[in-house]
Amino acid sequence: MGMTMTQKILAAHAGLPSVEAGQLIEANLDLVLANDITGPVAIHEVEKLKKKTVFDKDKVVLVPDHFAPNKDIKSAEHCKCVREYAKAHDITNYFEVGKMGIEHALLPEQGLIVAGEVCIGADSHTCTYGALGAFSTGVGSTDMGCGMITGQAWFKVPSAIKFTLTGKPSKWVSGKDVILHIIGMIGVDGALYQSMEFTGDGIKNLSMDDRFTIANMAIEAGAKNGIFPVDEKTIAYMEEHSAKKYTVYEADEDAVYEKEYTIDLSSIEPVVAFPHLPENTKKVSEAGEVPIDQVVIGSCTNGRIEDLRVAAEILKDKKVADGIRAIVIPATQAIYMQAIEEGLVQTFIRAGAIVSTPTCGPCLGGYMGILAAGERAVSTTNRNFVGRMGHVDSEIYLASPAVAAASAVTGKISQPSDLGME
Amino acid sequence: MKACGIVHKYGDNIDTDVIIPARYLNSSDPDELAKKCMEDIDPDFVNRAKKGDIMVANKNFGCGSSREHAPIAIKAAGIGCVIAETFARIFYRNAINIGLPIIECAEAAKEIEAGDTVEIDFDSGMIYDRTKNTEYKGQAFPPFMQKIIKAEGLINYINENK
Repeated sequence: MGMTMTQKILAAHAGLPSVEAGQLIEANLDLVLANDITGPVAIHEVEKLKKKTVFDKDKVVLVPDHFAPNKDIKSAEHCKCVREYAKAHDITNYFEVGKMGIEHALLPEQGLIVAGEVCIGADSHTCTYGALGAFSTGVGSTDMGCGMITGQAWFKVPSAIKFTLTGKPSKWVSGKDVILHIIGMIGVDGALYQSMEFTGDGIKNLSMDDRFTIANMAIEAGAKNGIFPVDEKTIAYMEEHSAKKYTVYEADEDAVYEKEYTIDLSSIEPVVAFPHLPENTKKVSEAGEVPIDQVVIGSCTNGRIEDLRVAAEILKDKKVADGIRAIVIPATQAIYMQAIEEGLVQTFIRAGAIVSTPTCGPCLGGYMGILAAGERAVSTTNRNFVGRMGHVDSEIYLASPAVAAASAVTGKISQPSDLGME
Repeated sequence: MKACGIVHKYGDNIDTDVIIPARYLNSSDPDELAKKCMEDIDPDFVNRAKKGDIMVANKNFGCGSSREHAPIAIKAAGIGCVIAETFARIFYRNAINIGLPIIECAEAAKEIEAGDTVEIDFDSGMIYDRTKNTEYKGQAFPPFMQKIIKAEGLINYINENK
């Protein structure tokens, strides 16, 4: 029986000629990740293991990014715990404030993960690296800690859903609109326990940043991972960012998929997900009159350079509407620097937005943009659950950077065409 | 191994942000987390919950963030078992890894109501609603996971096997 791309990567890392959906395997890990929230729990747990040393100091990545730069004393203690562990175990890839970025933008940018590898991370959006043709998935702290010590993790081999992407998205439609459209179609548990395997000739029309955004939100459909085939764009990205050797896996012709969907990218319009689930999607053109208080452009989903370029293109020579707080967060130091060099930061500040150092901050209601009761935000982040960005009675509308920027200008949910931009 | 207690009932897609809001994740102390468990959708839960109580929910329980703080908070709040139609996959792993008993059963999740007294026999996978006098067959764990559960979590399993 044929294997999917995910199944082939897992089989290779389990030392097996083939695997099938439902099979329990133990796989070797190429990369193990934690942050300042999940890291301390993992570090505390692994103290109970007999083996004390990490399996490979080059294959463990620790990134304080959620409540860093430290938002309060308790967060400072968590970051300190991660910092001290990294030092004690001589962890190569510990990223201090100043080098730090939002982990899922940082790891590919630093070339730490490439096609064909297996990565677990104690953060649900670890699935982002599927954009590179890697198998990567989110786990909890205990799984991460045990992986960090043993270099292995157990997996149930996932069955798969195949998404054949065709056509070319229109000017203001991005990866965010594509994945919100898909989640709206299949629901927040539409791919539960499964892999989302993207294929089709439309993929060539998606940039790497689009693909990172799409793979990033596979978890919001309940998926174990989302994965893209490796093409010229992937190889160019990896050669620019990494010296690691990559392996290209392709799905077998007779691979088994539980469901198959074909999506014409040219038919997708800008999408917004209404509170309180990412599946509550509407076309922006059908969103109606929704006044807002805040806009957030950033996160592991949409804090990359293309996201900032699109937002700046819309905000150029315009003003953030009176009474609206617009918060822009470049995901890494390199993206931040590039945004400065390209004049994007100046555009944001002239428009009346603020630009923050990299942090997950507001996405999970940490800091740097918390909502009060009754407030609404249009956000390029990934979750609009109850209370996610602040007060239990606040609301989050998930959208692309283009929609977020347009909404900042009008003060209500809008798209670039509402500003006369076609 | 058995659990028996009063049911606290919830709906679909209970996410880890409502199980334990991120604003409390600057702590990893189980007792501190337990005091905030379910705060955003059921502020009275922590006052009602007694040791050994049962949580019942519909589909996709524990979706969202990978925070292990979520099953830790539920366990520390005294919950002896969570029954759901389905669990989100990271929550499922985390619960097994930290030794919070969970069981998937669509029929039980649908029919059991808040306030019912429910007993679960983990060896047989049977769920008994003592209030309604009904019984359900839950999905048993595969043998590999049973080994982790018997070892009371992944840490002990690795210490015994590696």
